[in-house]
Amino acid sequence: MPWPAFAALGGDAASLQADQAEMNAGQTITAADAYQVYELQTATGTTIREYLSTAGTVFAVAWEGPTLPNLRQLLGDYFAQYTEAAQSWRGGHGHLVIRQDDLVVESSGRMRAFFGRAYLPQSLPPGVAISDIR
Amino acid sequence: MMRPLSRKIVIACLVTVFLGACGGGGGDSGSVANSGAGGGSPAAAANVLAITVDAGPSNFVNGLFTSVTVCIPDSATCQTVDHVLVDTGSTGLRLMASVLQLTLPAQTDSGGNRVAECAQFADGFTWGPLKIADVKIAGEEAAAVPIQVIGDPAYAAIPNDCVNTGPPENTVKSFGAKGVLGVGVFKEDCGPGCLSDGTGFYYLCPCQENMQSSALALDRQVQNPVAMFANDNNGVIIELPDVAPEGEVSVSGSLVFGIDTQANNRLGSAQVFKVRPNTGTFVTTYNNQLYNSSLIDSGSSVNFFADAAIHVCEQADLYAPGFYCPTPTLALSAEVKGTDGVSAILAFSVANAHTLFSNNPGHWAFNNLAAPDIISNSFIWGLPAFMGRPVFTAIEGQNTSAGAGPYFAF
Repeated sequence: MPWPAFAALGGDAASLQADQAEMNAGQTITAADAYQVYELQTATGTTIREYLSTAGTVFAVAWEGPTLPNLRQLLGDYFAQYTEAAQSWRGGHGHLVIRQDDLVVESSGRMRAFFGRAYLPQSLPPGVAISDIR
Repeated sequence: MMRPLSRKIVIACLVTVFLGACGGGGGDSGSVANSGAGGGSPAAAANVLAITVDAGPSNFVNGLFTSVTVCIPDSATCQTVDHVLVDTGSTGLRLMASVLQLTLPAQTDSGGNRVAECAQFADGFTWGPLKIADVKIAGEEAAAVPIQVIGDPAYAAIPNDCVNTGPPENTVKSFGAKGVLGVGVFKEDCGPGCLSDGTGFYYLCPCQENMQSSALALDRQVQNPVAMFANDNNGVIIELPDVAPEGEVSVSGSLVFGIDTQANNRLGSAQVFKVRPNTGTFVTTYNNQLYNSSLIDSGSSVNFFADAAIHVCEQADLYAPGFYCPTPTLALSAEVKGTDGVSAILAFSVANAHTLFSNNPGHWAFNNLAAPDIISNSFIWGLPAFMGRPVFTAIEGQNTSAGAGPYFAF
């Protein structure tokens, strides 16, 4: 199955449109000083937030809801890196942390209650705290 | 290389060779027998199943395992599978096709179509068909239970919507166990959400990569077998002894079925913490921070929580990459609060994982491990929270002496 040319994490504003279309999701936008947050709601009730820097890069994504989101779509070019790194995870099935120089993924929860986020440490806009990504 | 939370397995194995267990999956109890329920010592009560924390089939710390007997429905043809994870964070029985020697009948939807599932976990997914089995655990029996068989080669095509959620965990090695016994607060794994199409869990087969997921009636979904027992069906207790500060090679305990149904499963003075009926989550407060979506989960190896003041072992650490590594050991506490306001302070300790692992290479059970979770709203109480403290898990809608589940108590 072909994937859109755009990917979210590491992509540009156009990738957000691709996500919205792919996941058939509604969207709201809020603005902070250094970035905008695009919030999508999937048909299954999972909320997705995508963080777009003023420089035009999606530097973080977060999700919360009863099902996992389409992480291939959300992580884009980083999906393969994520799935490969996850093979070595031995912390149980209720939690996952991938912490690499250029990619951090944290996933938690279980069926009916998932939450997680992924971000690009080297692309965080100045002044953005990691705790702002939720 | 990034190996979060994996022990330095090579070194650990060199040492455990002397214990005769390096890389081993323990005795393979995969034989098919014409018998009743297997497992358990003869003296054990009918509602008590032996559980063990050990290295398991893929050498990771704090895996809680048991043996489960499944039978072809209405027959005496049964198989006992060892090293099945005991998981209060999921629902239902899942067994690896590679260890299952029984030919079980397929589960179907109301239209007679075979059903396969993409069971989602925080760290990946398991894919495979739903089958029907009689489940015999200790002296308890549940007839015609829908279970998942993971990695069945007859269901090789995995829908894209499943593959796109994360990494596959369809082998003993990648899953870290021969199966999982989900004994959480829910009766079904997906629940009411899967009464609609498109949730990504259930698929009608023959399955294809480009197919969409389908709705499935509640009673056809993967079921918590405990809720289907004739007796002792309102919940479970996990009983594990406290563990020495340096950890132990293994520890043994009990999975007790029923809450206040027998002399050996009294709720007694345990406090009841009700959880949200839709998600099973509750509130934890740590360092004056509110963690709104907290979980208690025997399937999570360590406690996961955020504390920027605690040193974390580097990813390059050979023993404990990504674990908290404070010196000296920290004595900490956090407040747990149920949805009805009942609260309690739970104490726990966090030791230096590097020191623990490097000094005790054959040890696999620890009550003082933790790792950072900087997701803003979750505090995961993992297996250390179960050590030295009986933890009750009450199933949704099932009556107990303290009211109906879902709740946890300890």
